[in-house]
Amino acid sequence: MTDYLTLSLLLFTIGAAGVLIRRNAIVVFMCIELMLNATNLAFVTFSRQHGTLDGQVAAFFVMVVAAAEVVVGLAIIVSIYRTRRTTSVDDASLLKL
Amino acid sequence: MLDYTWLLVAIPLLSGLGLLVWGKESDAFGHLIGTAASAASFVVGAGAFIQLLTRPESERSFTKPLFTWISAGPFHVEMGYTFDQLSGLFVLLITGVGTLIHIYSIGYMAGDARRRRFFAYLNIFIAAMLTLVLATDYVVLFLGWEGVGLASYLLIGFWQHKDSAAQAATKAFVLNRVGDLGMALAIMTMFAHFGTTVVSDVNLSASMASTAVATALGLFLLLAACGKSAQVPLQAWLLDAMEGPTPVSALIHAATMVTAGVYLVVRSNGVFDASQTARTAVVIVGVVTLLVGAWIGCAKDDIKKALAGSTMSQIGYMMLAAGLGPVGYAFAIFHLLTHGFFKANLFLGAGSVMHAMDDDVDMRHYGALRTALPVTFVTFAFGYLAIIGVPPFAGFWSKDRIIEAAFGQSWWAGLGALIGAGITAFYMTRLMAMTFFSQQRWLDGVHPHESPRVMTWPLIALAGLSAFGGALAIGGWITDWLAPAVGEAVEHDLPVPAWAISIVVLAVVALGVALGFRRYEAQPVDADALTDREVSFFTRAGRHELYGNAFNDAVAVRPMRHTVRTLVYVDGAGLDAFVTGFADRLGDLANSLRRQQTGFVRSYALSMVVGAFVVLLSLLAVTFA
Repeated sequence: MTDYLTLSLLLFTIGAAGVLIRRNAIVVFMCIELMLNATNLAFVTFSRQHGTLDGQVAAFFVMVVAAAEVVVGLAIIVSIYRTRRTTSVDDASLLKL
Repeated sequence: MLDYTWLLVAIPLLSGLGLLVWGKESDAFGHLIGTAASAASFVVGAGAFIQLLTRPESERSFTKPLFTWISAGPFHVEMGYTFDQLSGLFVLLITGVGTLIHIYSIGYMAGDARRRRFFAYLNIFIAAMLTLVLATDYVVLFLGWEGVGLASYLLIGFWQHKDSAAQAATKAFVLNRVGDLGMALAIMTMFAHFGTTVVSDVNLSASMASTAVATALGLFLLLAACGKSAQVPLQAWLLDAMEGPTPVSALIHAATMVTAGVYLVVRSNGVFDASQTARTAVVIVGVVTLLVGAWIGCAKDDIKKALAGSTMSQIGYMMLAAGLGPVGYAFAIFHLLTHGFFKANLFLGAGSVMHAMDDDVDMRHYGALRTALPVTFVTFAFGYLAIIGVPPFAGFWSKDRIIEAAFGQSWWAGLGALIGAGITAFYMTRLMAMTFFSQQRWLDGVHPHESPRVMTWPLIALAGLSAFGGALAIGGWITDWLAPAVGEAVEHDLPVPAWAISIVVLAVVALGVALGFRRYEAQPVDADALTDREVSFFTRAGRHELYGNAFNDAVAVRPMRHTVRTLVYVDGAGLDAFVTGFADRLGDLANSLRRQQTGFVRSYALSMVVGAFVVLLSLLAVTFA
């Protein structure tokens, strides 16, 4: 049981570090997915531990949201790439005063 | 016709407002509409007056309410008019002389691009002045009072592109506000003590009120009258008001509006009858003003300003008469009417002279104009003989009676009026000699020519009125006519017989004429005035209007200006500095916070991660602590 949680923690940490460190929008996006799956793993593990289905239901919800998010996120990345010929998140920095 | 007296006000008001909003198409005929409106008003007024004449004496006060203007608790103001012996005479003067001046203005303002507007203002003035004299209620009277003030302001400043005209208009407006304060206080006092502002009720209540209330009311009304009628101490605006076009000076600042103060005093006769103190104050104001005005009239080289000084002086006579009580009211009104005739005549004559001299107003550049302007000269001479009081011209009958009545009341008032008559003769002879006699002092390129017929006919009509206006006094008609409206005159004992006073007055007038003739006709007149250093103190003081402006400056204008400057400084350096300083600090703070927004997604993500950690740690701390 602790192994699963450790794996989840590792995956989440890798994902978070990737979001903070990597500039390529696709990679950042993949890292976000990694973090989401890490939480899913934690949900399922706790569900198993407590013997209830709540965690598994939550995991399904996360999957649905993640699927929707991929659709929107990839569309945004593609349109940014088309206008700027780049996928670096640091170049898209206009949203400031 | 009496039932339709409201048309008197309605016609010129509609015409005036219509001319203002009607576009440029009416430029071609606007002046005709304005003149027609004034003439129509005169026809209605004359019809009503004739109807009044045919009524028996007890039914000659016709009051008709039109509609309720203000109704608030016990305060109730009815819009309506009272056409009685007093207001009837005023209606004829205003619309009659007003129409003549309208006709004259067609010629005088012919070259002015804004002539239509000028006639619109004149019409509005006529409407406001008629509202004033026909008012049944003091509040309605106040409406007309402010209306004529507005018209006066607009017309003094008619040539507003001239800085002096704009300033003169403002000055007249501000000084009139001081007088209006008196009017407002008077109306409040009436309502507080009598519970009514209806003229007849106030007059009735005043006779039963305490002397203190009547005196206060009288003094407030006197303050109002001083403002409107340019009496000392609120006299300073009238001379500057000559910046307006000459027909305006004739109509508003000589014949009608400036006499509204006298009308107010006579109309409020019940109040003044109840207070000896207020009456004495009116007499003092009258005597002082008639001497001050005459003094100024002697020293001015500007023909219009000399006449303006004369107007002040003549209104002083009316005030003096009005302050004498029932014995003087009728004479005050009589002199007001004759003055309306001959002063309008003189002003329009002066306008005709200015017209001939390329709008030069300096009498030192005139001289020997009697052959160049024969009609103007003859009509002006009629006005001249009338104002100095030569029998049988109109001014003799009215002024002589005032001086007589003044002697009957107190020797000093009579003496003041007598000296004033002598000075009047002097300055009018000076004006006459410098303009029409002596030698030519015309500037180069000036070719005097007689004015067009449209200007000379009103002059001839007014000259006729100046000559025969005294007929109103035949058999004491005017006294008997006005008696029901202003109270019966009480016979007074004169220290000397009336004919002796008349002879003394005529002798003083003759002396004044002789002095004026000797100085300005027998000796040559300089084309350039002597400088202030070279003339006597009396001339210097007269030229500077007895330092009235300097006094106002020192007492009111300059202290007020300093106060305003101080307040502006306190506002800027104190209040503003605090408020804007606080806002500036907030702005600085916001600017430094703005730097937090870098626009880099990864830094936002970092702050979210850190935040999540903080939340997590604090949850752990709360759970396990």
